[in-house]
Amino acid sequence: MERLIISFGILSAVLAIGGLLIWLERRLLGLWQDRYGPNRVGPFGLLQVLADMIKVFTKEDWIPPFADKAVFIIAPAVIVVVVLMSFTVVPFAPGIEVVDLNIGLLFFLSMSSLGVYSVALAGWASSSKYSLLGGLRASAQMLSYEVFMGLSLMGVVMIAGSFNLREIVEAQRHVWFVALQPLGFVIFFIACVAETHRLPFDLPEAESELVAGYHSEYSGMKFGMFFVGEYLGITLVSALMAVLFFGGWLGPVLPPLVWFLIKTFAFISFFILLRASLPRPRYDQLMSFGWKVMFPLALLNLIVTGAVVLLRAR
Amino acid sequence: MKPQGQRDLVLDSIFVYGAVNASLDMISLLKTIWTVFMTMFRKRVTILYPEEGPHIPPRWRGRIILSRDPDGHERCVACYLCAVACPVACISLQAAEDEDGRRYPEFFRINFSRCIFCGYCEEACPTYAIQLTTDFEMSEYKRQNLVYEKEDLLISGPGKYHDYNFYRVAGLSIKGKGKGEAENEEKPVDRKGLMP
Repeated sequence: MERLIISFGILSAVLAIGGLLIWLERRLLGLWQDRYGPNRVGPFGLLQVLADMIKVFTKEDWIPPFADKAVFIIAPAVIVVVVLMSFTVVPFAPGIEVVDLNIGLLFFLSMSSLGVYSVALAGWASSSKYSLLGGLRASAQMLSYEVFMGLSLMGVVMIAGSFNLREIVEAQRHVWFVALQPLGFVIFFIACVAETHRLPFDLPEAESELVAGYHSEYSGMKFGMFFVGEYLGITLVSALMAVLFFGGWLGPVLPPLVWFLIKTFAFISFFILLRASLPRPRYDQLMSFGWKVMFPLALLNLIVTGAVVLLRAR
Repeated sequence: MKPQGQRDLVLDSIFVYGAVNASLDMISLLKTIWTVFMTMFRKRVTILYPEEGPHIPPRWRGRIILSRDPDGHERCVACYLCAVACPVACISLQAAEDEDGRRYPEFFRINFSRCIFCGYCEEACPTYAIQLTTDFEMSEYKRQNLVYEKEDLLISGPGKYHDYNFYRVAGLSIKGKGKGEAENEEKPVDRKGLMP
């Protein structure tokens, strides 16, 4: 029973954060671009979220007649389901998690691989050239960056000795893993930015290039699901970075949940800062960067970490 | 054909060059991110209209008004110069003369939906009657309400030019001022007299 309450609490908190990010992103982008974000609608523009929700709900939900209907409708649901499922293994605080899974990290990696389906299916089902191009680029980008996302996490797993996310946090009591695995953290961070297709890796939805990429043909609530799904993805990877590299809920004075939230929001803000500052690389530059720079570095990190772990175990 | 097992030096060097190049580029990216982050501590450049107004210079060309001279009479002498100067023909007026001998416009109409606020009418006016002020908040819901009549345009003060009184410097004789009584005007020459 208590587990059910905690699960509902986590679900509603996560969805609330996803909605709040709509407001937070626009305000923070404005802050870093020398302007105000929305500040008219409520106090500090907070009711903008409500206005956006009303807009998304009341838009005409049009399915293109040339689209593949079933797949078109399923694709946005896939991304939201996948991200919410990944949240079940994230430990928010000691005792506050939906399920204590021994293969938690592996579960997250497999869920993110399933997330590629949503983009590929959306691009395919829309049956329009910009959507198809966006979907192709997105799936290729996500697949290639996922390779070294997993590899960079193996260093953390080797040091902590387990795939269980709670145990990984516990193993950071003395020193955070970012100090032991700086290269692994950087690689994982870049891979996460590409997985959630945020700037600078947002060619799939490049607003100025591909109309809107794979979600050009979507309107109304389906587009809302992609939109909120992207924000949920950002929250998920920020939470994971906090858990895996920055000690999760460990911290001196404040309650553990507060530390977790502070760290997660710091990473979310950093994602938004990246969007405000970096230019977008060309698609071939993006892919060559992933395969020719990041992948060898991830392998190097893995080899060195493995060697050090083996030597210290001796 | 290369024998198996011999590495391609060209490809290797391209790869290493690419990797080193990309890693060095990271530094400039981090600098960009830091610069954008530091803009957080600058004041924002947005002007929060309508709570704050923008800075308007005094000669800014805004809403048109008709002014009065320091004595309180209307300055406009209905000479039609502004209507002729207007590039979009948005001024419409009709001259009339009152019993004092002063000319005045019977009606004076400006269609602000056509007006381009160029200021040619203000430059053409010989009496400083028509002036452009710094007001720009003139929105209306109906297009017909943008046609301003004389009672909408006439103000009770002298506008931007405080001291100018046309009839005091002009040579025209009106009630209260005969020929030769204007400022800086010489008395009219007596053509029929014999004295120089």
